Amino acid sequence: MDEMTTTMEQTLATAADPDAETERAGIEIRDLYKIFGPDAKHHIAAVKAGMSKDELNRKHRHVLGLQNINLTMPGGKITVIMGLSGSGKSTLIRHINGLIEPTVGEVLYGGDDVCRMSQTELRRFRRLKTAMVFQRFALLPHRTVLENTRYGLDIQGIPHSKSEPTAKHWIERVGLKGYARHYPAQLSGGMQQRVGLARALANDADILLMDEAFSALDPLIRMDMQAILLELQEELHKTIVFITHDLDEALRLGDKIAILRDGALEQVGTGQDIVLGPANEYVASFVRDVNRGRVIRAATIARARKPGEALPEMTVQGYLVLEKVARRMTNASATSAHVVGRNGKSLGVIDLPTLLGAIVTPVTADTDS
Amino acid sequence: MATTCWGLPEVICTFPAIDTTTMRETRRAIDTGFRGLVREWSDVIDATTAPLQTFLNVLERSFVGAPWVVVLAVLLLVVWAASRSWKTVLGAALAMIGIGWVGLWADTMVTLAMVTVCTVFAVALGLPVGILTARSDRVQSIVNPVLDVMQTLPSFVYLIPVVVIFGIGKVPGMIAVVIYAVPPMIRLTNLGIRLVDPEVTEAADAFGSSARQKLLNVQLPLALPTIMTGVNQTIMMSLAMVVVASMVGVGGLGRNVLQAINNQFFTIGFLNGFALVAIAIIFDRTSQAFGKRLQKHREAGHG
Repeated sequence: MDEMTTTMEQTLATAADPDAETERAGIEIRDLYKIFGPDAKHHIAAVKAGMSKDELNRKHRHVLGLQNINLTMPGGKITVIMGLSGSGKSTLIRHINGLIEPTVGEVLYGGDDVCRMSQTELRRFRRLKTAMVFQRFALLPHRTVLENTRYGLDIQGIPHSKSEPTAKHWIERVGLKGYARHYPAQLSGGMQQRVGLARALANDADILLMDEAFSALDPLIRMDMQAILLELQEELHKTIVFITHDLDEALRLGDKIAILRDGALEQVGTGQDIVLGPANEYVASFVRDVNRGRVIRAATIARARKPGEALPEMTVQGYLVLEKVARRMTNASATSAHVVGRNGKSLGVIDLPTLLGAIVTPVTADTDS
Repeated sequence: MATTCWGLPEVICTFPAIDTTTMRETRRAIDTGFRGLVREWSDVIDATTAPLQTFLNVLERSFVGAPWVVVLAVLLLVVWAASRSWKTVLGAALAMIGIGWVGLWADTMVTLAMVTVCTVFAVALGLPVGILTARSDRVQSIVNPVLDVMQTLPSFVYLIPVVVIFGIGKVPGMIAVVIYAVPPMIRLTNLGIRLVDPEVTEAADAFGSSARQKLLNVQLPLALPTIMTGVNQTIMMSLAMVVVASMVGVGGLGRNVLQAINNQFFTIGFLNGFALVAIAIIFDRTSQAFGKRLQKHREAGHG
């Protein structure tokens, strides 16, 4: 358990480095609206003019799925879409690979609009560019782990002689070595989702869509899977879109987080942006009980050195989260540390009182006193 | 008159039917018209049924003509291959030996040949129709009422048009049996495919499966338990109908039963009936065991 948390923290620190550069194409969603119902297009104007979800349902029996979505999902990063059930997050992720067509709007990937693709183009796009992991695993019960893992490659028409080594490689990478000949029903939930992940990775697609991929798992297994995902992402740098209803999961995984409510985006930003500056009461109520020490980074609270103040001996990286910095400082019995960014550029200093003050949630502090 | 009708007018009392003469004329017109039509098309009908007739004859001859040891061995081998259960094989062997011992071997072979052909045709017809029905709600809305009629129509009733069009013999019998046996195959194929976990079919879509890949990799394999139930039902209904079809000239055990009914041959009737039951049980056990064996992978547990 201890071992697991430490590896996770390590991967956290590196994988979530916001300065890391990648060259994968991002996904851009523009002015997207989705209304469910037989005459959806007809009601777009009304919704754009401000008709609410309730009113649309009451007056016209149409369900407003998504409204006015504008979102950039950077290439090679994990974008988390967070929302409670019914917020439209699963609908949104299905627009990216065209499983759902928008009523109006664009989903751009590398200059192509996914919504304008023909059936053949869309199939090709799904085969080569995207892979998806599902909440309830969606494995084929009559196929072994190996056969499930190479499923995407089978669909592409790749011969078994080529697909099997790839599939075996990914089965090992997700920690299922020795289970290749098992059937899904013989595996636990966590192991089944590892197969789901291996199947998605075997496809070697740029985009990885994860629809509440870990929500059906036990908390411990979920942490484990998050660690695996971050570890893999560190080396693969895929464009990942991750759906969750769990804020802790969102903060742990997300380079960028979008909060969705009733089909509209409430706030988009890094975990730190959202925790430190919730855009409204709804978001604030979400982040109130978050462990800020795991979200806020050293660079954020580093202050300029006072004139004549000596440079602390200890050095910490600016992208480290406060919890990690605090642990290092206490281990080294240091009361202050020098915060440096990439390339060793000085960002300022950090001392223990500031550190503790930033970790303690202001709201909780008020109610406690 | 008025006394029998509680003083009510005639129209309310006796049902105002079409008068007998008009009825007779109409009936005659329709019957002659229909017969004329059939006669006109008889060449085409004969041409289409001829290969079926030959096929049936050849198969029946090979069943009846082959030495009983060979037939029994092949039958037991098929039972073993499908069920992998010594118990079922032993039961089948005992049943067949019993049938042979009371002198019903040849008749049983005729029935067996007929049921085999009818089942193959019903499955070959029902599976694609079932798939089409599952794919489109519109097709389903057309097919379902037709199946409803086929299943509610008493089997004697559709022997009439079959006999009028195709005459008497094995082929009309086979057509009647297939019509009777195909609905469960269509219905259960449709149901099985529609009940496949939508998340799994969505996964197939998300990985870019074509409709054909989705059908072969996901829908049919996952619907297989239900489809196998359909096959089992089809076999059972073929067996039931083969007996009724003896009225239009199908031979075998069914004809013996029919004769036993007509002549009150108690013992012969029962022996033939039991032979039919024995065959039915063999078919049922074998096909069910086969269906279950296909589902081995569903068994949970680390192993």
